[in-house]
Amino acid sequence: MIIVSRFQPPPKTGATAEFEYEGASITAPQGISLAAALLAHSGAYTRQTAGGDARAAFCMMGVCFECLVEVDGVPNTQACMTQVRQGMVVKRQIGLRRLNGCNDS
Amino acid sequence: MNRTNPEITVVGGGVVGLSVALGLLLAGRRVHVLDGADSDARASQGNFGLVWGQGKGWNYAPYAKWTSDALAAWTAFARKLADLSGIDVALDQSGGFEFFTDAAEMQEFAAMLAQQQRHLGNRFSHEIITGDDLRAQMPGIGGGVVGASFSQMDGHVNPLRFLRALRVAVGAAGGRVTMDAPVARVVPATGGGFDLAMANGRTSRADKVVLCAGLGATALAADLGFSARVAPQRGELLITEKLHDRLPFLSSTIRQVDEGGVQIGGTKADVGLDDSETLDVMAGLARHAVTVYPPLADVRVVRAWGALRVMSPDGYPVYARSSLYPGAYLVTCHSGVTLAPLHASVLADWIEGTSAAPDLEAFDDNRFAISTAA
Amino acid sequence: MSAAITAADGGLRVLLLDEQAQPGGQIYRNVGARLATHSWLGKDYASGLRLLDALAQSGATVQFGATVWRVDSGSRVVWSQNGISQVTTASHILLASGAQERPVPFPGWTLPGVMTAGAAQILMKTAGMLPKDAVLAGSGPLLYLVAAQMIDAGCPPKALVETQTPHMMLRALPHLPKALLSAGTLLKGLGLIGKIRAAGTRRYKCASSFAATSDDSGMINFSFRSKGRLENLTCAVLLTHQGVIPSTHISHAAGITHEWNAAQVAFQPSCDIWGATDRPGLHVAGDGAGIGGAEAACAAGTLAALGILRASGNISADTRNQRATTARATLFRTRAIRPFLDAAYAPPAEILSPPDQTIICRCEDVTARAIRQGMSEGAAGHRQIKTSLRAGMGPCQGRMCDSTVRGILSAGKTSRMGDIAPPRARTPIKPITLGEMAALTTHSEDTA
Repeated sequence: MIIVSRFQPPPKTGATAEFEYEGASITAPQGISLAAALLAHSGAYTRQTAGGDARAAFCMMGVCFECLVEVDGVPNTQACMTQVRQGMVVKRQIGLRRLNGCNDS
Repeated sequence: MNRTNPEITVVGGGVVGLSVALGLLLAGRRVHVLDGADSDARASQGNFGLVWGQGKGWNYAPYAKWTSDALAAWTAFARKLADLSGIDVALDQSGGFEFFTDAAEMQEFAAMLAQQQRHLGNRFSHEIITGDDLRAQMPGIGGGVVGASFSQMDGHVNPLRFLRALRVAVGAAGGRVTMDAPVARVVPATGGGFDLAMANGRTSRADKVVLCAGLGATALAADLGFSARVAPQRGELLITEKLHDRLPFLSSTIRQVDEGGVQIGGTKADVGLDDSETLDVMAGLARHAVTVYPPLADVRVVRAWGALRVMSPDGYPVYARSSLYPGAYLVTCHSGVTLAPLHASVLADWIEGTSAAPDLEAFDDNRFAISTAA
Repeated sequence: MSAAITAADGGLRVLLLDEQAQPGGQIYRNVGARLATHSWLGKDYASGLRLLDALAQSGATVQFGATVWRVDSGSRVVWSQNGISQVTTASHILLASGAQERPVPFPGWTLPGVMTAGAAQILMKTAGMLPKDAVLAGSGPLLYLVAAQMIDAGCPPKALVETQTPHMMLRALPHLPKALLSAGTLLKGLGLIGKIRAAGTRRYKCASSFAATSDDSGMINFSFRSKGRLENLTCAVLLTHQGVIPSTHISHAAGITHEWNAAQVAFQPSCDIWGATDRPGLHVAGDGAGIGGAEAACAAGTLAALGILRASGNISADTRNQRATTARATLFRTRAIRPFLDAAYAPPAEILSPPDQTIICRCEDVTARAIRQGMSEGAAGHRQIKTSLRAGMGPCQGRMCDSTVRGILSAGKTSRMGDIAPPRARTPIKPITLGEMAALTTHSEDTA
């Protein structure tokens, strides 16, 4: 089920960045954090703990580590400390991260 | 049951103290464990959890044999702990590596292992593997690794869960553990037994006392006439974020805990009671990890810390009976995890002086008195 | 910022490191970009622009996106920027780590849609984003500020659920005369409450027993007790707040001695009026040294810089004292209101020591029940709880759970909390890759 955004759409500042999230294309104003952009896009979870618990951004200031997502292949990245960037590829962080560059994946 | 007058008081509630207590409880004794303060130096909270044999006692056959006995006893011990505590300590004894990036160091260690092999015969097995063979067996091992030694019986447990399991097992076996009860002095009482003066002003009475307080036992050991002096040796460690994938190896310097984080450690420094983590060592440990296994390069370190090993002057355990005050014992060692099965079984026989007692003369503390007198 | 400005103006070489992308910290977050479009954020926020301008003019070198992950004796700072770590040496290091929200744990607080009031404010300041259908719950001036800002922006909250009790207000009253020295701030607060009243926002008082669940649509069902009655609210966003506490991770890891602030129910680094600590060369200022608010932080920054200028031999003690007069007066005035606010908006015991089913350590999924069980098994102190249950061993390093573990260990009794020594804070205080750590090169740079 689609969970709509819990926030009003952010005002357009002019410049935008288009990026990919879980296969969908999101356009967000330049200068906002990835966490903000994801909150604007949807109210659904953006990560799952090792135990399968659904989580999303909580503190927005880099303290809580709940907003972890995979950005351009780098897992466990704090979305609230990352600016939106044209062409970035973002995925939910589901459970524990994997080793990159591992032959058996 | 008269709990106010235990037969045996164990001073120190870490891995060593709890293992010793468990052995005595299983032998039918009444035991009271006195643990120190939350902030005391606790080797049991900072360790790797290795169950490790290779290299141990290469130069001292009694230690090689004692360690070998411990490794052989670990599986049954883990089962017993699970039965008593309900906690699985995640014992994995599928063999361990020592990786080398320097050919001369590897040669040196190979010679030590050959010596250890001679002491132990078919109770020990090891092999030396070249870097190329390692890389063929385990893709991902770095190009800078010149080779490794491997020993079948080496392994690890989850050290924090192990400590918890010991604590619960001691309770389940009828032992009493008092936390936050540092002992200031142990005084032999007239007519036998000992009076323990606690730091909080209380006193406690015991027929027998076993000192298992690691670095905290120095003053108490001196009071009771023991000549062994242990000293702290700092080891620094890194722990990373948890990984979904399992590392294809266990080494004494790189191990993955069962929850998924990778621990990196193995350094040695004599800096007194300072358990700080230091930048140079942190960077060095990180360099070691990415050299041995380059896929670890983008894995994040979540924390670094230092822990203090309990080192006797020659690095071997001390099992000593006080000659001045019969009924007082000193048990101290590093590698308390490896040796735990023996501490929780045959050591009780040694404390009780039964016919089943192992011969631990080689670990008596008079070996230090002799060497200082010479 | 104010310390950097004063120090640079005083002739010192200054390097300012901040992990955020732009200057402003949290209170003045993004003030440089947003000011023109969002007057509803208020005049106090806008006044931060002054500091930004002064910083730009001061000659201090500023690095953003720079995460300090270790502070070493001999005054070395290890910091990471764009995946590269470096070491910078200085004669003096000032830690101005600011504050974080006090964790507000209750059953369901980890659900998507439950956030801090501060998070909502950051979204307003950095993205102009306003929550739909929000409930504000908890206690403290920030709760009213966020509510007022939302009202001014045309997006009022659905309700305010306030945990403040008349008992707390009674305990605060003896501090009111002193608080009158900060009459301006008091009036501002009354103004906020007046605005909320005028907007007709529903207010639930004497609230307790928070619990949140959510359904398939993602909407949050928030239940609580208010004046004895069980209440239920449905909302898209639940914003909680129980005051702020100093961010002490870096000061703790740097080896600075900390003391318990009983009124604020938090640990803070020990320092003198100039921000000097018991570690030579390490100084602290601002909310990171004790909660005082933006104006106090600015004044404390000035004093810290003056202290460093004196310690560096750039000015005499007399000059330092003279130049400190205004800042000291500001500090005195702004601190005067603290005892009143701390008592009036004290965190309730059930937040400090929550019900069994509450997740306490969010990183490692450790519940209050597990902690209490660990205590009964013999884990007697904070350090032993941490090592036996992993509470505090995740990436946030205890920022979200240290206060609560302490609260559970003391069964919610604030009088006992100061006796519970926190576990060691270790570096890196933020996660750093093995590759980055391995590549570390020592790079000396005198900045003062």
